[in-house]
Amino acid sequence: MTTQDARLPEVPPELRNNVRIGPLDWLSPLYNWSRKRSLWPLFGGLACCAFEMIAAAAARFDQARFGMEIVRPSPRQADLMIVSGTVTKRMAPQIVRLYNQMPEPKYVIAMGACAISGGPFKEGYNVVSGVDKLIPVDVYVPGCPPRPEALYNAFLALHAKWDRERLSQLRWYRKDVADEGIPVPELGPDLVDWRVVAKLQATEE
Amino acid sequence: MGPQATTELLTILNERFPGAAEPSEYEGLVVAPARLLEVATFLRDEMGYRYLSLVSGVDYPQPTARFPARFEVVYHLFRESGGPLTLHVHADRDDPVVPSVVSIWPAANVHERETWDLMGIRFAGHPNLRRILLWEGFEGHPLRKDWHEVYYEADRKPFESRYPNGQPVMAEERAPLGDNLRYPPGWSPKEWQCLAEEAVYAPLEARPGGNGRRMPTDQVVVNLGPQHPSTHGVLRMVARLDGETIQQLEPVIGYLHRCHEKIGERNTWLANMPYTDRLDYVSSMSNNFGYAIAVEKLLGVEVPERAEYIRVIMAELTRIVRHLISIGSFTSDIGVYLTGMLYALEERELILDLFEMASGSRMMCNYFRFGGVARDLPEGWIPLAKELVYERLPRRIDEMERFTFNEVFRARSVGVGVLPADKAIAYGCTGPLLRASGVPYDVRRAEPYSLYGELDWDVAVAYNGDIHDRFVVRFEEMRQSLRIIRQALERMPEGPVLAGKVQPAVKVPAGEAYGRVEAPLGELGFYLVSDGSANPHRYRIRAPSFANLGVLGELCKGHLIADVVAILASIDITLGEVDR
Ligand code: SF4
Repeated sequence: MTTQDARLPEVPPELRNNVRIGPLDWLSPLYNWSRKRSLWPLFGGLACCAFEMIAAAAARFDQARFGMEIVRPSPRQADLMIVSGTVTKRMAPQIVRLYNQMPEPKYVIAMGACAISGGPFKEGYNVVSGVDKLIPVDVYVPGCPPRPEALYNAFLALHAKWDRERLSQLRWYRKDVADEGIPVPELGPDLVDWRVVAKLQATEE
Repeated sequence: MGPQATTELLTILNERFPGAAEPSEYEGLVVAPARLLEVATFLRDEMGYRYLSLVSGVDYPQPTARFPARFEVVYHLFRESGGPLTLHVHADRDDPVVPSVVSIWPAANVHERETWDLMGIRFAGHPNLRRILLWEGFEGHPLRKDWHEVYYEADRKPFESRYPNGQPVMAEERAPLGDNLRYPPGWSPKEWQCLAEEAVYAPLEARPGGNGRRMPTDQVVVNLGPQHPSTHGVLRMVARLDGETIQQLEPVIGYLHRCHEKIGERNTWLANMPYTDRLDYVSSMSNNFGYAIAVEKLLGVEVPERAEYIRVIMAELTRIVRHLISIGSFTSDIGVYLTGMLYALEERELILDLFEMASGSRMMCNYFRFGGVARDLPEGWIPLAKELVYERLPRRIDEMERFTFNEVFRARSVGVGVLPADKAIAYGCTGPLLRASGVPYDVRRAEPYSLYGELDWDVAVAYNGDIHDRFVVRFEEMRQSLRIIRQALERMPEGPVLAGKVQPAVKVPAGEAYGRVEAPLGELGFYLVSDGSANPHRYRIRAPSFANLGVLGELCKGHLIADVVAILASIDITLGEVDR
């Protein structure tokens, strides 16, 4: 090590050859490899697409091949949320709360037309036009419902995405990004999405 | 009920209650609101109409041929056999109030709440008139014809502005906030308070518990769901517990309310067919069936014989899939985790293969058309189906049935969640839930449709009304379904599968119809009102699990909290259909 990052603790000169302080990017391939084989999805279906998600987990398709048969009902232990179905306004606060409760690193797959954009029910008064209006989405799977094979393709796409990720870029590793979570919407005369409300107030003033 | 029977009933009613009833525009009778309760009591006690299937609200913003602009509340009543008696009650457009019939048919409870929620018709004397699908504090009553969504464009589809200059316009581009959101003018988030959660807990105020035992305790309110592994989707329940015993339990629904009816009233008639797939999404073929039958009643088309056979085969295969899933999910709910479900899903895949061959889609088949089915069975379909129903499925059903003899299963299910027969009828329960209570009521027998009058089969019944018997009924029903499919496969004639030409935009003659089928979960009905155009004026769905869920609170009372998931799984609901 020649130069040292000013933000990191100082290493005494005699230890400089033994201690490594700095980004652990050389570990990224190992880290990504192990993540690929032990992905724990969040249990919970929203609508029709959930049944194809269950079918993907069951005997014919067998999700265990991906090391992800451990489906966790608790968001605290999950690192992938598969939004499988229509996100309604009434469910929106729960979706955001679940997302906030998942530990980093966390990923979201929007499964099906409804989760992508509202799908066949887009014009409905109680339907959110796509889960990406609420939480960030990593992979979109088109279909109504997508076949289990399509869901597998999404898992592979997620793996490909990880291959390009480096530890130092992950949110949980970086100290410069604060994780405050997403403001949980509330149910008022319509869905009170605080981000939209803030924008609205800004334009009014 | 035919026109003649209606006239006879009208004569009887006019003798007993002069001036209370008159013939309605299309079907059934119009009853004066002030006399509704007397007439309803008479119909229930003396005419045998013990089963109220559906309460719907209909909005007529324009005067019709015989009546002025109004709100209408429509009741569909049934006896042991035969078609519906339709009662219409008119209400003022400015302040619609109708007396509640909950005291006569408790089944009306959930339907009246829904009508208040979506249509804004108040029911005087309803014990608990709160919103049910939407939350308290929502602005407006969406099913009224003059209420428009944010993305509203025109009253009828197809919309003309979809592709100006060949370019698609996103709905978000037309909405003022760029999203499906709207706040009333002058609404300020600072002064506003969220009422939705309080309203959920309002009926469950805590009381001192302990039942006079020595240690003073408090009752607690516990929340289950909507994110919960055993609620079969996004159902939420709030329960008041004394120790571990349930004192009161209220299902909270609406987490999957996808505005089905509002969207359906804007679609063309045929465009609603794929939407019905998404009601009970495990049994899409049965949903197609119900909708097709209802529209065919209005259209008056005859279905070719081969198509009838195909329909029956598909509907019964669907029933097997649905019952398998319900058994599988019950096992995982009582703690077998996924084993039972894996057995069920294995068979399901094979049946879905058949669906996919015929319709092109695994789950959302969209296979039925008005006057037949979309296309004929492909080559090789029948041998595959035969192998399945003669060889594999009977063995698998026997194998899975061994599970009902299991010690743990019996301990969790015998004598738990007992539903007596008269309560089941009063609450409007249908399907295996009703038949397990000793009431042999099956729409296929009570009001035979399609081929069910000709084929040989029995109604499955059990008599204890507990969880165990509900599964006994399901297993027997699967066997009967196999029996029906075998006969249908043997007798199926050659011929056309669709009457007339394929028409994307059919015009349906003005009128109203209630078409119903025995879906795997119970009676699935569609109440349709047509004004003679290419879109329904009213498109109302009678979802079996919505009505069945109304009895959940009663069934759980006095049981342990751990039994709630078992009772819920034995009622068997699909949230897509409960919330619509
Ligand atoms: S995308 Fe289609 S199948 Fe999936 S939840 Fe939406 S309507 Fe159902």
